[in-house]
Amino acid sequence: MFGRLTTEAFKHDWIEYLAGLSMVLGAIFFIVLITYLGRWKWLWKEWITSVDHKKIGIMYIIFSFVMLAKGLIDAVMMRAQQAIAVGDSMGYLGAEHYQQLFTAHGVTMIFFVGMGVVFGIINLVLPLQIGARDVAFPFLNNLSFWLFASGGMFILVSLVIGFYAGTGWSAYPPLAGIKYNPGVGVDYWLWSVQISGAGTLLSGINFLVTILKMRCPGMTLMKMPIFVWASLATMVLVVFAFPILTATAAMLTTDRLLDTRIFTAEFGGNPMMYINLFWAWGHPEVYILVLPAFGIFSEVVPVFSHKKLFGYTSMVWAIVAIAFLSFIVWLHHFFTMGAGANVNAFFGIMTMIIALPTGIKVFNWLFTMFRGRIQFKTPMYWFLGFIITFTIGGMAGVLMSIPAADFQVHNSLFLIAHFHYVIIGGTVFGFFAGYTYWFPKFAGFKLNEKLGKYAFWCWMLGFLITFTPLYLLGFMGATRRLNHYDVVEWQPLFIVAGIGSLLILCGFGLQILQLIVSIIQRKKTMDVTGDPWNGRTLEWSTSSPPPFYNFAFIPEVNQRDAFWVMKHTKTAKAQHRKYEDIHMPKNTPMGFYIGMFSFFFGFGLIWYMFWLAAIGAIGMIVCIILHLYQKHPDYHVTAEEVAEIEGRKQNV
Amino acid sequence: MKKTFKILLITLLCVGAMALAALYISSNNIAVLEPKGMIAHKERELIITASLLMLIVVVPVFIMTWAFAWKYRESNIKSKHAPDWEHNYIAEYCCWGVPIVIIVILAVTTWKSSHDLNPFTPIETGRKSLTIQVVALDWKWLFIYPEQGIATVNFVQFPEKTALNFVITSDAPMNSFWIPQLGGQIYAMPAMRSKLHLIANEIGSFRGVSANISGKGFAGMTFTAKSTSHSDYHLWVQSVKQSSKQLNLDTYDQLAEPSEYHPVEYYRLVQEDLFDRILMNYMAPPQK
Repeated sequence: MFGRLTTEAFKHDWIEYLAGLSMVLGAIFFIVLITYLGRWKWLWKEWITSVDHKKIGIMYIIFSFVMLAKGLIDAVMMRAQQAIAVGDSMGYLGAEHYQQLFTAHGVTMIFFVGMGVVFGIINLVLPLQIGARDVAFPFLNNLSFWLFASGGMFILVSLVIGFYAGTGWSAYPPLAGIKYNPGVGVDYWLWSVQISGAGTLLSGINFLVTILKMRCPGMTLMKMPIFVWASLATMVLVVFAFPILTATAAMLTTDRLLDTRIFTAEFGGNPMMYINLFWAWGHPEVYILVLPAFGIFSEVVPVFSHKKLFGYTSMVWAIVAIAFLSFIVWLHHFFTMGAGANVNAFFGIMTMIIALPTGIKVFNWLFTMFRGRIQFKTPMYWFLGFIITFTIGGMAGVLMSIPAADFQVHNSLFLIAHFHYVIIGGTVFGFFAGYTYWFPKFAGFKLNEKLGKYAFWCWMLGFLITFTPLYLLGFMGATRRLNHYDVVEWQPLFIVAGIGSLLILCGFGLQILQLIVSIIQRKKTMDVTGDPWNGRTLEWSTSSPPPFYNFAFIPEVNQRDAFWVMKHTKTAKAQHRKYEDIHMPKNTPMGFYIGMFSFFFGFGLIWYMFWLAAIGAIGMIVCIILHLYQKHPDYHVTAEEVAEIEGRKQNV
Repeated sequence: MKKTFKILLITLLCVGAMALAALYISSNNIAVLEPKGMIAHKERELIITASLLMLIVVVPVFIMTWAFAWKYRESNIKSKHAPDWEHNYIAEYCCWGVPIVIIVILAVTTWKSSHDLNPFTPIETGRKSLTIQVVALDWKWLFIYPEQGIATVNFVQFPEKTALNFVITSDAPMNSFWIPQLGGQIYAMPAMRSKLHLIANEIGSFRGVSANISGKGFAGMTFTAKSTSHSDYHLWVQSVKQSSKQLNLDTYDQLAEPSEYHPVEYYRLVQEDLFDRILMNYMAPPQK
């Protein structure tokens, strides 16, 4: 009945109990709160079943924040372990627990924080920037979110039931094969990655079509804001890269479930193939994470510099070049596997060529600041922090792209420092810039500037203190993923890194505080104009928060920085046209149902409860069929209703 | 006054941090930057050259960032404001041109160094080289000296200034074989034979590790690589040959059982083709 799920699965050490307990208590608190406020119906109707891209975007970001909290706690625990586990001391975590921590940390941060904030921001902003009322496939968007959330649930559930993989986030076989890891950990990893990956792929298709087909009249490709260009490139990467991940994870699953021996070392299997396939997805993936951040900075810098973006065309070509090159560099993740010198050199050179378009982008942002009038609001702080960290991280990256140099730093803490410098410095700082910048658009009021800057300083200093010592430790021969080390001289640096991670945690705490304080003081920072920063792109032309149909009139565009042009030619206010009926999609619970069934499906296969997996699979198929037979997935908002909503807005 | 104090404090903190860092670096062994072998020497040269080359771009970026941010701050109304300035050929040629030149130089360096420092290429010294077979096990390193008829665990000794041919495989998940002070690493993979050619320029003991996670006891997969004089090395080989422990298929199977923080062991090698057998096991595993 319960497959391999026995009471054993609930036995943990006290730290894991504490983690599981806090999670369960969090869930109970949430349920009690919603019940107390009597908001279940509201939650269901307005959020869970919503197909509104703005609400889905907000759900992505809330989910990512929860996962970010978890990932940060993982990180601080790891830093604490490494600060003490030297010589005779084994630290406070067992090897297996520690290995689960860094695996969960990696998966959480890449798949559920990085991807979550990327799709969160794209969902919120992109349709508004192209003057659309929603995405191309609103139901699919809702489904994507629930698949993503269902994938994330596996990591959380593994805290209580069973355990997570301890293989590192890349789960290389044969270590991740059934021979060396017969437990449920790798299966949890597989299904968290597989199901959220399916959601990501659907989102990729959705936004690709949205950008190509839903732009408002007049917005040709070369008139799109750079954020849209960055998203377009990202979606192309998603559509090409994620199927590789899906296939690879599926093959590892059959290896584990059906003994297919595709990636085993014996019986003709080939683990090296897995490593190739994983990074054929994995390298585009890092650009999926960072390109949208480039897009965000390309919006933030011109607005706060009061100046046009410098070199729009080279910016676009740089994005396209990065997207293309990102597919022919994957081998640099394993120069040490022993491919010949020619192969290594080719991939090394391709990798360093990416530095060119990336460098161009940095120069273009700098020239955008040149002869501007720079307002140092929080987003600009994040931008300046990004330039510093990303440039140093990028330099370390180019260094590692030289195979012979990589042999000396591969899998060392130097590598860890490098990718935290570019991913935190790039994606995370970029997201925080975008979060502060677009927050008033969706909340209707600004975030507290002072607390935002304090949070920035905590993050920035904490970041430098945490990761700079890791470069040095790498050079000293410290490898990654060590739950214990024997070189006493390393300890001071690990302690410094640990202190830094606490500062980062403070930064995150300040951001939560900032959110609460901003909500309390919202009367003071209310945005009634819809354009609090003197913006340049279309999202600022509608009210804050926008009505559910985004625009009463679909804007027409004939230049870049469309809203800036409208403001300066006074066409923004000259809208005395008659309102028309608006065609909108209906909410549907099917995305939520499919997401939940996908969870049952994965959970059943993890624990060998095949009846549960069958229920999940059949449930998903039935829901899809039911959805297809829905006769009226859409409705019309009448012109009178639109007039009433718009009139109400003007009276505020 | 308050502002000057703030700036002073920050400067002091930065200088203090840098002094501490300098003190730490000078009093500790930075393995990659303090190489003891020819390969590691060349790799360090490469790292330093490439870093300096990149600084040609990185330093101006930092200066421009701070200079522009300061000069064009909103309160500085004296600075020029050109809200529609979005294009300049000279600036754009520079931003493409200088990095392109640097990347071309780096690319040439990369191509050359990838061939010069290819771990599979033997080192030419004009003298006889030493072949050592390396097997990554759960969770220890087995070193087999086929010509000397000995084997060791978590310890490897060799004469200085002698080319070393490491032939590497794994009878466990994938590991990575790395002696930072002698040179870069290479993966140790089951069913695969990878090669690493190193040389020690002087006498000394160097730390060796596995750089790729291979399971629970992975953190304890360290070993000592000891470079000695030729005479000391030969004495050592003779003493190991006297070891009471024999390495045959049975004792190998016992050794291959998972163990953590395995102590150093010395064996007399009985099964001479042990390494090949380990490899072949994966080609045609015995049916159990």
